[in-house]
Amino acid sequence: MSTKGDFISNLGKIYGFYTGGFAAFVVLLAVLEQVGVPNRVIGYLFLFLTLGVYAFIGVISRTAQLSEYYVAGRRVPAFYNGMATGSDWMSAASFIGMAGTLYLLGYDGLAFVLGWTGGYVLVAILLAPYLRKFGQYTVPDFLGARYGGNFPRFLGVIVLITASFVYVVAQIVGVGIIASRFLGISFEVAVFVGLAGILVCSMLGGMRAVTWTQVAQYIILIIAYLIPVVLLSAKVTGVPIPQLMYGEVLDKITTLENQLGVVKHHVAPFVDAKGAYSWNAAINYFALIFCLMVGTASLPHILMRYFTTPSVRDARQSVAWSLFFIFLLYFTAPAYAAFAKLEVYQNVIGQSISSLPGWVQAWAQVGLVTIKDANTDGILQVAEFTIDPDAIVLATPEIAGLPYVIAGLVAAGGLAAALSTADGLLLAIANALSHDVYYRMIDPKADTRRRLITARVLLIGVALVAAWVAGSIGGSILFLVAWAFSIAAAGLFAPLVMGIWYKKTTDAAACWGIIVGFTITFGYLIWTEFYGPGFVEFWNSVLGSGAADIVKARGRDVARLWGINNISGAIFGVPAAFLVIYVVSQFTRQPSQEMQDFIDSIRVPRGDVRLAGGPATE
Amino acid sequence: MRDVTPEKAKAYWRATSRLMWVMLAMWFVASFVIHLFAPSLNSIRIIGFPLGFYMAAQGSLIIFVVMLFWFARRQNRIDEEYDVAED
Repeated sequence: MSTKGDFISNLGKIYGFYTGGFAAFVVLLAVLEQVGVPNRVIGYLFLFLTLGVYAFIGVISRTAQLSEYYVAGRRVPAFYNGMATGSDWMSAASFIGMAGTLYLLGYDGLAFVLGWTGGYVLVAILLAPYLRKFGQYTVPDFLGARYGGNFPRFLGVIVLITASFVYVVAQIVGVGIIASRFLGISFEVAVFVGLAGILVCSMLGGMRAVTWTQVAQYIILIIAYLIPVVLLSAKVTGVPIPQLMYGEVLDKITTLENQLGVVKHHVAPFVDAKGAYSWNAAINYFALIFCLMVGTASLPHILMRYFTTPSVRDARQSVAWSLFFIFLLYFTAPAYAAFAKLEVYQNVIGQSISSLPGWVQAWAQVGLVTIKDANTDGILQVAEFTIDPDAIVLATPEIAGLPYVIAGLVAAGGLAAALSTADGLLLAIANALSHDVYYRMIDPKADTRRRLITARVLLIGVALVAAWVAGSIGGSILFLVAWAFSIAAAGLFAPLVMGIWYKKTTDAAACWGIIVGFTITFGYLIWTEFYGPGFVEFWNSVLGSGAADIVKARGRDVARLWGINNISGAIFGVPAAFLVIYVVSQFTRQPSQEMQDFIDSIRVPRGDVRLAGGPATE
Repeated sequence: MRDVTPEKAKAYWRATSRLMWVMLAMWFVASFVIHLFAPSLNSIRIIGFPLGFYMAAQGSLIIFVVMLFWFARRQNRIDEEYDVAED
């Protein structure tokens, strides 16, 4: 792509052609299926052809320029950066797991829908335009420039890696599960297939390659997410707009729940297992929303996407587009949950076990659905049926009676979601190591060639470690993903926001803020999760008995303080970080005039950035 | 390029901060306040949905999206008004 200008001005045509080509490809596979090509072959064609396209984009986007490698040359239009952020953001958990969580939790699961969208408001108004004006390569770059040196930069790198690493491992596990299920290869092999898919997208072209593959991946994932539920809605309600039509489905669910004796209603907010109003459920609902939103606004792989737009103005516009593209999936997820629940209550529960629908039998074989006739009456009762959250989206094509090609499409969508998020996270980690640690702290005299080689070696290194962890401990650490939000929120949100919005924030205050916020939240997570009984004993003796208690989760005795589940650990760390930064700022020497000039210069869109001390990097 | 004087920058920042607080207040209402009333809102129906459920599943999300496009336009207008937009 030597004629980059032409490429940018032709984006609409290129991606339009790409979308049309993909649609034609799906139709072709549908025809092949009808003439008797086996499912296994269709699955292979789907996954390898999409992987091939991503690899092609990755290879033609290779670059030998630093600004292309780190920030895609700052030429990504707001609209396309929005799409790229959408697929960067939506992971395997959003694509496959979210609808299942909503199926299981009903109203209370909507905390995820709210939490993973509303955070973009904070990104737009508090951070993105100013980080774009600052205009360097990474989030720790900002901490280094604003708080005078490598120590705050290093603290930022630690928080970034802690939050992002587990997250990227989870994506690789997701790739492994999807690939092994649809290709029939072993999980360990599938992990390394996925690893190859991730590296080929990001290694040669860095941010530039990741950006243009993420746009391509967004298009596939959103098509794959919408088609099954649109067709299911048309079949069940006669109208192909699931987002509008599941209102009446919710009504039917409530009626069926009353008939079947289900006391915890799907649409009822803040209720316990008995269906009674629960103060604790409400508190955890709002705490989770808060942590997910603030976490969204702190995750470096998202923030760094706004370094790539041509201007501050485009950065703001781009956050709006990002949220729009994310919204398309998230406001559809509750419809998936509702249609699946209706199917289960209507056509599965209360049926004779020997004549259950085909999809139930198919997913029971792979262990995602369990049926246990506890009272041996041959009829399936509510309590005798369990379904794994992952099965909701995966089984919808079969519930709707669609051909196998649609199931293959869903697998390709899930793969796109997992790969795109993995790419973004991997790049965030490797860039922090190559730019912040290697170039800024170890060898500031390194030339471009050396920096790019280091960046790629580190990228491969981090990817291999992540794949090794994914392959060896696999699914047992998936619950850690939710922690990433709390960790990033507690460690990064306050210093970033205060650095821009509160001029008197001092270097020492910011460092203490990061340390205190991160330690409290990370400590709370580890202590409650793995040393629950000790936690309860300690805090009950300090705060009086009843302050802490134990809940059974993930096969462990997990503690909580004041009834706050540990997934919302940032509820303690974020306010603590703000408080520490404010208080310490009052007692330490005010930022220099130079530093205040620097803050003034990033607050205003026009003009140069006046870095305090130290030369600017290119 | 026209320079941004300190006075102009200060006035611009005041207008920008005001917009930020307005957005933050709307965000707080759409994220938290509305949903406090979810149990009672559920007795109202809107296009077939219980309203409390609808607000968490769609209503607040639509508010967020619209808010952000409005914010981008509004902030652009402030940039131009104080003559600090990028050249």
